[in-house]
Amino acid sequence: MNLDELSQQTCEWLRAEGPDSDIVVSTRIRLARNLSDFPFIRRCTDIDRAGIESLVLRRLELRPEFAGLQRIDVESLDELDRRFLVERQLISRELAEAEGARSLLLEPNERLAVMINEEDHLRLQVMKSGLQIAEAWQSIDRWDNLLQEVLQVAFHDRWGYLTACPTNVGTGLRVSVMVHLPALVQTRQIERVFKSLQKISLAVRGLFGEGSQAMGDFYQISNQLTLGRSEAELLEQVGEVVPALIDYERKARDFLIASAREELTEQVRTALKTLRKSNRISSEETMHLLSKLRMGVHLKLNDELDIPLINRLFLQTQPAHLQKLRGGPLGSDERNRARAEYLQAALAGLGEGTT
Amino acid sequence: MKCQKCEKAATFHITEITDGDHVALHLCADCAEQYLKPSGGAGTVGEALAQHLSVGQTSDEMAKLDQKACPVCGITYYEFRKYGRLGCPHDYVHFEAELESLIVNIHGEVRHRGKRPPKPPADAAVATELIRLRREMKEAIDGENYELASQIRDRIRRLEKEGQR
Repeated sequence: MNLDELSQQTCEWLRAEGPDSDIVVSTRIRLARNLSDFPFIRRCTDIDRAGIESLVLRRLELRPEFAGLQRIDVESLDELDRRFLVERQLISRELAEAEGARSLLLEPNERLAVMINEEDHLRLQVMKSGLQIAEAWQSIDRWDNLLQEVLQVAFHDRWGYLTACPTNVGTGLRVSVMVHLPALVQTRQIERVFKSLQKISLAVRGLFGEGSQAMGDFYQISNQLTLGRSEAELLEQVGEVVPALIDYERKARDFLIASAREELTEQVRTALKTLRKSNRISSEETMHLLSKLRMGVHLKLNDELDIPLINRLFLQTQPAHLQKLRGGPLGSDERNRARAEYLQAALAGLGEGTT
Repeated sequence: MKCQKCEKAATFHITEITDGDHVALHLCADCAEQYLKPSGGAGTVGEALAQHLSVGQTSDEMAKLDQKACPVCGITYYEFRKYGRLGCPHDYVHFEAELESLIVNIHGEVRHRGKRPPKPPADAAVATELIRLRREMKEAIDGENYELASQIRDRIRRLEKEGQR
C-alpha cells in the first residue's frame, strides 16, 4: 500500500461522524491473540518471528474475507513512515520501534488493523468514528472468528486466551473510547472525574501526550481488567460511563457559555488568530489552540470553521504527517515553520471579519 | 470538618451515588486517595509483581523461585519478573501457582468467563512439542551443529503438516 495515498485521506477516527461525535471522537476495540505453536515474542528468535509472519499471511489467504486487506511490511519502512502510522493510531509505538519481522494488515478504510509480532503475535483493532461500542465489537468478533478458522490460537480452559503479559489474559480485550473534554479541563473538574473512573477499574490516558498529560484535551477511557468477565460485561462497563461523561462535559460547556460567553468567544478568536498568523508553532500549542476552536464550533461561537477542517488540521500538523506532506524529514525548527505555513494556508481568509 | 476516617481535616467531599442513593463522604487527602484507589487490584504487571513478592517470601524462597524455568521455552521466573512478559503459552501451566496469585492481584478473578474458540483448540501436547523443538533448533544453530538443526527443522515441518497448522 502506498502510504502517500493514505496521507491524503482522513483517518477513520477523525471522520467526525457517528453518535455524540462532538464529544466522543472514536471507539476502538483490540483483541490480543497468540499462535499456539510458537513462543511468545520475548522468547522468539528471528526465525520464529519470520515464521509467525509468513504463517499468518499464508493462512489468511485461505479466506476470501481477508483478500481486501493490504499488507504493510513495517520492518522495511523508514522511521518517518512508521511514526506516520503511529500518529494515525494504526500501529503502536512498540511495533514501530521493535526489530525483526513485523507487519500491519490494513483495511483501506482503516477500520480494521492487524499488527503481526507486536507484544502478542496478533493484535486486532477495529476503529469506529463516534460512540459505537456494539458495532465495533460485532465487527472485531467476526474478524476474530474468521482468523481462528484458519489459525490455531493459544487458549487455556481456565485462563482463556493466553497473552504475553498477564494483564491481558482471558478475553485479551481492550475497549477505548476517545473523548474530547475541553470544558471539563477548563472548569478544573477533570481530575475528579478521572479519580472516580479509576475507582471502578477504568483507565484514563491522555491522547498523544505521555502518561496522564493530554494534548488538545483528548482522553481515552478504557477497561483495565480482562479476566473473569465476559466481553459483553467489559464493553458495558465502559459503555455505561461514557453517557455520564458526555453529560458532565455538556453541563460544563453550558456553564461556560452561561457564565463566560464573552471570554470564551475571545479565546476562540485569539486561538484562530494565533494559528493563522504565527511564523513558527509547536505541535503542542497547535493542539491546544485547535481544541479551543473545536469547542468553539460546537458551541456556535464561530460559524466560519467546521469540524472536518479542524480534525484534518489536528492530524496533518502532527510531526510525521507534516513531514510526509513536505516530502521528507525536517528538523524541529523547520517543522515548527512548516506547521505555521500549513496552518496559514489552510485558514487563509478566516477570522478576518472578527479581528 | 474532621475526616471521617482519621483525625485530620477533611478536604475532600465525595458524593457516592448508587442506585439513586446519595452517600456523602468527608475525607482528608490521604484517606481520599486510599478510598479512590482502583478496587480491582494493581494496574500494571510491575505493580502486581511488587505486591506479589512482598507477601511473606524469604530471600531463599525467592532465589529458588527465580531459578525455576519453563521446560518448553526456557524462560526463568526471574526473567519474567524482570521484564513482565512470559515466554510461551505453557508458562501458564508451568508457573500456574505463582501466576494465580499474581493474576488475582491484577484482575481480582481466577477464571475466564468470556468467548471461547469457535473450533476445538489444538492438541496442547503437539503445540508445546513444536515450541520446544523451535528452541532446540536455535540452540543447535548457536552451537553450529547444523546437521542436528536440519533434522529438527524436518521434525517441525512434519508436525506442522500433520496438525495442518
